Amino acid sequence: MIEISMTLNNQPVSVKVDPRALLVDVLREQVGLTGVHKGCNSTQCGACTVHVDGLAVASCTMLAVECENTSVTTVEGLSSDGSHPMQKAFKENHGLQCGYCTPGMIMTGIDIARRHGVPDRETIRSELKGNICRCTGYQNIVTAISCGSKEIAKAKGAKNA
Amino acid sequence: MNISEIMFEMKDTNLKSGGREKMIGKPVLRREDDRLVKGQSRFVEDLPVNADTLHMKVLRSPHAYAQIKAIDTDKANQLPGVVSILTASSLTGTEGLPADWVPQTMAEVPMHPILAKDEVLYVGQPVAIVIAKDVDLASIAVEQISVDYAVKKPVIQQEAALESGSPQLHPEVKNNKAYSTLISSGDVAAKFRQADVVLKKRLTNNRITAASLEGRSVLSTFDKTTGELLHHSSSQLPHVHARALAKCLGFPMHKLRFVSPDVGGGFGGKLGFYVEDVLCAFASIQTGRAIRWIGGRDEFFLGTTHGRDHVQYAEVAANKDGKILAFKVKILADLGAFAMGMGPGVPSFNAGISMSGPYKIPDIDIEVVGAFTNRMPTGPYRGAGHPEATYCLERVMDDLAKELGMDPVEVRRRNLVKLKDMPYLIPTGMLLDGGDYEKNLDKALEMVGYSDFQDQKRKALKEGRHLGLGVSFYAEMSGACPTLGMYSVGFNRTGAESARIVMHPDGKVTVFSGSHCHGQGHKTSFSQIAADIFQIPMDHIDVVQGDTKSIPFGTGTFNSRSMAVGGTAILKAGEKILKKASKIAAYKLQCRAKDLEYVDGVFRVKPGFSFGRQFAYGFSLVEARVRRKIFNTVINMELPIAERGQTEISIAEVAREAHIGHDTPLNMPIGLDETVFYDPKVMTVAFGTHICVVEVDSQTGETDILRYVAVDDCGRVINPVLAEGQVHGGVAMGLGQAMMEEVVYDEENGQLLTESFAEYHVPRASDLPDFESAFTVSPPKDVPIGARGVGEGGTIGAPPAIVNAVLDALEPLGVKDIEMPMTPSNVWNVIQESNTAKNNTNWLVEKV
Repeated sequence: MIEISMTLNNQPVSVKVDPRALLVDVLREQVGLTGVHKGCNSTQCGACTVHVDGLAVASCTMLAVECENTSVTTVEGLSSDGSHPMQKAFKENHGLQCGYCTPGMIMTGIDIARRHGVPDRETIRSELKGNICRCTGYQNIVTAISCGSKEIAKAKGAKNA
Repeated sequence: MNISEIMFEMKDTNLKSGGREKMIGKPVLRREDDRLVKGQSRFVEDLPVNADTLHMKVLRSPHAYAQIKAIDTDKANQLPGVVSILTASSLTGTEGLPADWVPQTMAEVPMHPILAKDEVLYVGQPVAIVIAKDVDLASIAVEQISVDYAVKKPVIQQEAALESGSPQLHPEVKNNKAYSTLISSGDVAAKFRQADVVLKKRLTNNRITAASLEGRSVLSTFDKTTGELLHHSSSQLPHVHARALAKCLGFPMHKLRFVSPDVGGGFGGKLGFYVEDVLCAFASIQTGRAIRWIGGRDEFFLGTTHGRDHVQYAEVAANKDGKILAFKVKILADLGAFAMGMGPGVPSFNAGISMSGPYKIPDIDIEVVGAFTNRMPTGPYRGAGHPEATYCLERVMDDLAKELGMDPVEVRRRNLVKLKDMPYLIPTGMLLDGGDYEKNLDKALEMVGYSDFQDQKRKALKEGRHLGLGVSFYAEMSGACPTLGMYSVGFNRTGAESARIVMHPDGKVTVFSGSHCHGQGHKTSFSQIAADIFQIPMDHIDVVQGDTKSIPFGTGTFNSRSMAVGGTAILKAGEKILKKASKIAAYKLQCRAKDLEYVDGVFRVKPGFSFGRQFAYGFSLVEARVRRKIFNTVINMELPIAERGQTEISIAEVAREAHIGHDTPLNMPIGLDETVFYDPKVMTVAFGTHICVVEVDSQTGETDILRYVAVDDCGRVINPVLAEGQVHGGVAMGLGQAMMEEVVYDEENGQLLTESFAEYHVPRASDLPDFESAFTVSPPKDVPIGARGVGEGGTIGAPPAIVNAVLDALEPLGVKDIEMPMTPSNVWNVIQESNTAKNNTNWLVEKV
């Protein structure tokens, strides 16, 4: 077992992990962040998407030990009350049905906004190739990410003003 | 008080709206979402476990068909951390998985064993389980179990299985023919002789899987001190599965609590009852510790029921004017290796009965043959039989149009059941219970701009581009099902749905529903109904689902029934509560119940003079005085002083009074707590028109979906945003079946080749367009809540719409037929084949 230290959802965290353990399993089973979901045996579905040092990654395709000295954010770390603009956008646009893919969609959505600013629907659809949803047919997810990215841009603009 | 009339038509009744906004029909945002976007889900795999919890791993058969000669668990048993290993011989007192939808024509019902005993019949079939201290130890131990198999040659496809000489998978089932169901009406042979045109066609409906993003998971906890089993499972039918679990284990139901918390998509895959539930529970009872099994994605592909899988031989006889005279279909449905759950009934009943869909075809001959093969058993999958039947019918419609040189929409119109014919009993036994099918069709045609399309197509063709448009019309029996109907079609269950409503002393409400949500938003839509019944804010209402301890026996969510049946049950329970409440209110306001109006949650006396009311008022004053006097003199007791002079009383005050019981009508029991088991009167028919416009790249075989128009009729739309979301999801799945999804088994050795999302392609956001969804509204008169199903229309309408569109696009290239899934390589191949003038001869045209 190896002890690793990271900043997890803005808190310093130390946890003893098996060197073979995947980040998703450590987050879920050891730390108890069950908002990160496992929809496939690896790398296909995007439900496990988290941010590591600001970049969206599939936490099932990363070893936990790779996160030593990084800053990791899961959906639980976006806000205490669901008020992150992307979370709000999903709520306001019926962007979820069963909710299983949703944390991954939200984390990917934020990453899309980071890289594209305010993308059009076609761009969002293309960027969502790595995230499977079986319930919604994606349309409202695209709308949610579109709205969320606009709100994020607005907030950024207001901050910079 | 007829609440449904009151709520929806607002006739001159006691219940009317002041200024309060109605919730039904509004695009209310979902109450479920706040928790889910924060990552506070409670799927079975999210439930907290303690250090004592043990973990289960399953050893599955690597062979499609083999005899088990010996199982050696010694080596595995000795590994550290292994608590026990179970094989079939360890499972004393258990029974095989129930088959609870068995057609009357099915003589033998080979049930799926909990663990394989002497043989395995499909790749993935569970053979043994390991219970260990952690998941990794369990996985290692599984690999150390040694099984001696004598491999036999499997039979992988239904036509091959039905041939004489093929391996007989179940000794009592000759030629693997599980059943043959015949549905027939009129004189088909005569009509075929008379007809101007006869077409024959072979179609396939590909084997697919629900592939819900949450797989299957179980957490079973037996408490040795109380003898109670708390069983958590991702299920669409908590009560039905509780009953199945109890039966399989020989466990008493009054000690069983079955809880299905958040369910991450079901789509029919979680209607089945599986061995992992029985095994976890069995092991928990044995060890007295919690047993956890989180199924992997590969296990889901291997071991969760698959859907569809038909070969169909269709023949249609029609006249020159497009009128269909007779229809003949033989369906060969693959049941897989065993009869499991609802599997056998889906082709036999759903597909068989809905085979003439929304059309007037008085002479019809349908034979549905169920066959066993060495593959995973099939079960219901979104649409369950209707997509298979509708695909056949709608493909034949287009072929007929091409043969007659008629517009495909016109052919449909000629045969469509019209509004004036409603209700219309189809010879197969399906009752079309109302709706204006033509109006629905016309709306879709207008939305897509049908009249302009031929021009667009011609222009594009000049540029070498292949545009195509395809139409489909579907009619789906939803809202299962009158209980006597369940019996007659071989369903070992009721069709009723439960609702219990409790109004608490402070006027807040809990709705317990036997329906079970797996993404549909029942917490929101059911609250909308209760809010309108009681005219209270939505956040005064809680909806509880998924727990057999607190919810009266329910039937669960499938066949798009939760609103029609579950919603009506809530309506009926609410009616009962309001009736009692109005009696209390009348007593308090010293009038009769019929003198009251209920406005925005407040009972008040209707304005205006009424002799009857005056008399009742006077009488109540006398009665109150007399009663007080009697209690005083005879028993020497003071009755509480009743506050009179009230002109109105709120529902919350009534609730308070109802729970204290000091000053309520004589002999009235306390409380506001009503349970209803609502038995539907019909299977209400949802219907719609789906139109797809595509562009096919003839060089690469790729299909671009340019537009998708869906006009569905689900009766009264309770929440338009949720309803539209169901259409989007259903259409996406239907397009998935048509374009890319297929469960593939190796033809030689029966290995499952599609074990992950890398091989089994589900639609991604980049594969789909924005859908254009609209609704026509024809509330069924026999469904009090006025709703038809909405969840499955997309999977039924989409495959024929897009296949017809692609064939329309490829017609100039001489392509006449194609099979699903229409992958680029499949499309490219049919183009090549037609190019070399090897037109497939699936058509046989006889002219009179």
